[in-house]
Amino acid sequence: MSDITERLADEENEIKSAKLKRYARYNTVFVFLAVAFVVITVLNINSGSVGISVKEIARIIFLREGDETAYDIIWKIRLPRIVTSAILGGGLALSGFLIQVFFGNPIASPFTLGISSGSKLIVSLTMVVMIQYVDYISSFAMVAAAFFGALVCMGFVLLASRRVKQQSTLLIAGIMIGYICSAVTDFVITFAEDTDIVNLHNWSMGSFSGIDWDDVWMCFVIIFAAFVCTFLLAKPIGAYQMGEAYAQSMGVNIKRFRVLVILLSSLMAGCVTAFAGPISFVGIAVPHLAKLMLKTSKPIVVIPAVFLGGGVFCMFCDYIARTAFAPTELSISTVTAIFGSPIVIWMLLSRKR
Amino acid sequence: MNDIFFNTRDLAVGYKGQVLIRDIDISIKKGEILTLIGPNGSGKSTILKSITKHLEAIKGDTFITDASVSRMTFKELSKLVAVVLTDRLKPELMTCRDVVATGRYPYTGSLGILSDDDEKKVTEVMKRVHTEDLAEKDFTAVSDGQKQRILLARAICQEPEVIVLDEPTSFLDIKHKLELLNILREMAKEKNITVIMSLHEIDLAQKISDKVMCVSGEVIKNFGTPDEIFKADIIRDLYDITDGVYNIEFGSVELPASKGEPDVFVISSCGKGINLFRQLQKDDLSFYAGIIYTNDIDYVVAKSLASEVFSEKPFMPISDEVYEKAVRAMKNCSRIINAGVEIGECNRRLADLIRIAEKSGKLENAGDKI
Repeated sequence: MSDITERLADEENEIKSAKLKRYARYNTVFVFLAVAFVVITVLNINSGSVGISVKEIARIIFLREGDETAYDIIWKIRLPRIVTSAILGGGLALSGFLIQVFFGNPIASPFTLGISSGSKLIVSLTMVVMIQYVDYISSFAMVAAAFFGALVCMGFVLLASRRVKQQSTLLIAGIMIGYICSAVTDFVITFAEDTDIVNLHNWSMGSFSGIDWDDVWMCFVIIFAAFVCTFLLAKPIGAYQMGEAYAQSMGVNIKRFRVLVILLSSLMAGCVTAFAGPISFVGIAVPHLAKLMLKTSKPIVVIPAVFLGGGVFCMFCDYIARTAFAPTELSISTVTAIFGSPIVIWMLLSRKR
Repeated sequence: MNDIFFNTRDLAVGYKGQVLIRDIDISIKKGEILTLIGPNGSGKSTILKSITKHLEAIKGDTFITDASVSRMTFKELSKLVAVVLTDRLKPELMTCRDVVATGRYPYTGSLGILSDDDEKKVTEVMKRVHTEDLAEKDFTAVSDGQKQRILLARAICQEPEVIVLDEPTSFLDIKHKLELLNILREMAKEKNITVIMSLHEIDLAQKISDKVMCVSGEVIKNFGTPDEIFKADIIRDLYDITDGVYNIEFGSVELPASKGEPDVFVISSCGKGINLFRQLQKDDLSFYAGIIYTNDIDYVVAKSLASEVFSEKPFMPISDEVYEKAVRAMKNCSRIINAGVEIGECNRRLADLIRIAEKSGKLENAGDKI
């Protein structure tokens, strides 16, 4: 009798210790991400074509005083850029995660499915038209246009996904949609008025530069709201990872869930495109790395990790983009591709065991 | 009607408004096992999907007690019905325990965090289906048999009244098939869970089910207890078997008998002839078998495989008529094989038959040859 109770206690302990091990791992990952976040933020603030000492920077940020040029550089150029790259990076990674859950495909993302390029096209069309006739374009109009573009492309991909059962075919369809949209965008740029071209060209390559605080706030509100909504969807997302049929049998209202996921991922992908242009690979690489570090795919831990990790990854890539060949600046997609694509290739190879 | 727990009324199922099967009237009691049998592509899965609301019914409805499934929300349904599907699940980075724990979904809060009580139930169920050792293993790394048991545990964890399983035994070897069905049987009896499933193995279906439904064609022709359903003509008609014979006594199938003029005569009794019959069939040699009592298991197989069987009613002395027919047939054969016989009071004439064979010099003993 005592044998049995002992064994039961043993088993319970085993389960408990496995659970504790998991929690320890989650904690380590979040601490690591938080530390990385702080370190890269500091690095980013501290670097640039104009050298400003750490002491001076601290004074400017915390006491809001100091040399006027340095003050402007920190508050009007560096800080908004850092905050934007963190927020948009998080949004982009999370959007990728949602799209992967939706299609049950680990290399689906706003970029590979052509959703970013769709937003880019609509935004550039809107820009050209608005600048031509109104001479001004509001950030809100940009976001709306990008969201619309993302939804339209998502619609195309969804139509394609109904017809093709094979995931790789779906990706190829997405990539083709992306190419078409990019081609039309190039066409628009080629025939746009001279003054627009510089703006459009920079933006269409992807960059976090040239954003003011109003835009930062707008990004923050949109992306953070989307993040909270996504987090609240953690439970049905977890069920959906088991496949649509199982999710439904667990009580998930599939139709409503799918609409929500499409809206959230399009909103985030669109918002990123509106402010920073299309950015590649973040949407695939970050969710994959996050899951690998956490050793789980449980959405309730993966969602915050992806959000935070996306921010860290984009801040890091932006740091490289700014400093690697300073004063020449690289486009952000160049850097994200260099770091992101090997991760994707490695992921594909390790999957084919 | 009052103790019927689960039923469908006038149900018609299909895809895109096209009726595939209609007039489906299932009615089973609580804790019963219903098995759907029928050829591939006959629509067993379609029926199951319609019952679980994965597919909208074209006409009619499913009722659990008296509640209409089509009017339930998915949430309400999830506490009544759990499923084990044929979809090959490839969850990313999930341990077996994680997979089982997803069964608790309908009972957890808005963030889906498991309570201690939930955790206890998961442990309990995993033990129940003998998978406690797999708890921390990655789901994708375990064998098909183990996966199926984990998925069953997941379904049980959902604490449903009804479990619906779509071909739970495909991909499993015979040991795991029996294990899985045994667990199902126990679940049905102990926890009073109603089980509805489709099976390919009609022999197993015959043994495990309380009710059986035959699915082929546009209307359901046969629904009833295994005794009513497992008749040679119903099964042959269901699977459209023209070659080969479904063996009602064994629930198994024999390949079609070899054609042509028989050149071999097999004398056997008490099951000793079965292997020889099958060997001759494989060598494409047609043969006579005799003289066998109709209650001998040799008779059951010989009936399917021999071109003619000389038989006698049980426990009766061998009649002149049968004996002479057998002797005549034997004389025309170039080989006579004695697979082993037991000779007693009433079949003494079998010894005479063997003596005639010996004299003709054509007699072989099965032991020497095969």
